[in-house]
Amino acid sequence: MDDILTWLEHPGLTHFLLLSVLLFSMGLYAILTRKNAIMVLMGIELMLNASGINFIAFGRYSTGTFDGQVITVFVIILAAAEAAIALAIVLNIYQTFNTVNVDEINKLKD
Amino acid sequence: MDLATVIFYVFVLITLGSAAVVVVSRNIVRAAFALLFTLFGVAAMYAFLMADFLAVTQLLVYVGGILVLLIFGVMLTNRQISVDIKTGTVQTWLAALIVAALGGTLAGIVWSTQWNILSQPPAETAGAPKIGEMFLGSYLLPFEIASAVLLVALIGAALIARRERTS
Repeated sequence: MDDILTWLEHPGLTHFLLLSVLLFSMGLYAILTRKNAIMVLMGIELMLNASGINFIAFGRYSTGTFDGQVITVFVIILAAAEAAIALAIVLNIYQTFNTVNVDEINKLKD
Repeated sequence: MDLATVIFYVFVLITLGSAAVVVVSRNIVRAAFALLFTLFGVAAMYAFLMADFLAVTQLLVYVGGILVLLIFGVMLTNRQISVDIKTGTVQTWLAALIVAALGGTLAGIVWSTQWNILSQPPAETAGAPKIGEMFLGSYLLPFEIASAVLLVALIGAALIARRERTS
């Protein structure tokens, strides 16, 4: 019990790693359960954020260099590109099928 | 417990609580606004990790860009804006089982591994000059490729979204 209390009092690497595990799990849950394609995208954003926390936490506590931060910048760049492309595709799907629920979109062609 | 630790846990609670709202809320607009607080909390985590440049970038790109884009998507893909914008869930129990198994495994690994932790944390320096040097030094090629990818992706997104239906 005292171990856990002292652990709680000193935020360190494992705190950030556990936080990112929780964020990653919630993102995966959103991807698996949501019907709306935009909610699936939000789950992906949660998972990307979890990976960013991991990179920066290891950079701060484990290597002491800025490589983790540079990689996180790349993650953010790719997240922006992914969100733009995915929303364009979702808008097209909505124009074609009049719905964005991923469980109802099961045709390749109208 | 000193003040910094208390603030750390407050931001952890904000992050995880709003992430839970994102995951379970049936109202899409509410989920999008909860995502705002999650992204803000993650930016605070970056600040706690002394990544000042990343914290600001997170706010600018995620909160200012991606979230607005997502809300645009929500508004453009629902027939009525005035009534509640609801969304359902599928396979909740199976997904919860899979996610619990994965999360438990990862948390066990995080908890039991002896991570290589620096005995002396690095001196706190401003991140932006260092990151800029690395972008124009050892990470020059990925940096250029990333900028090309971003340009191509944004042009492609504009092209796909503006395509007229022929029928």
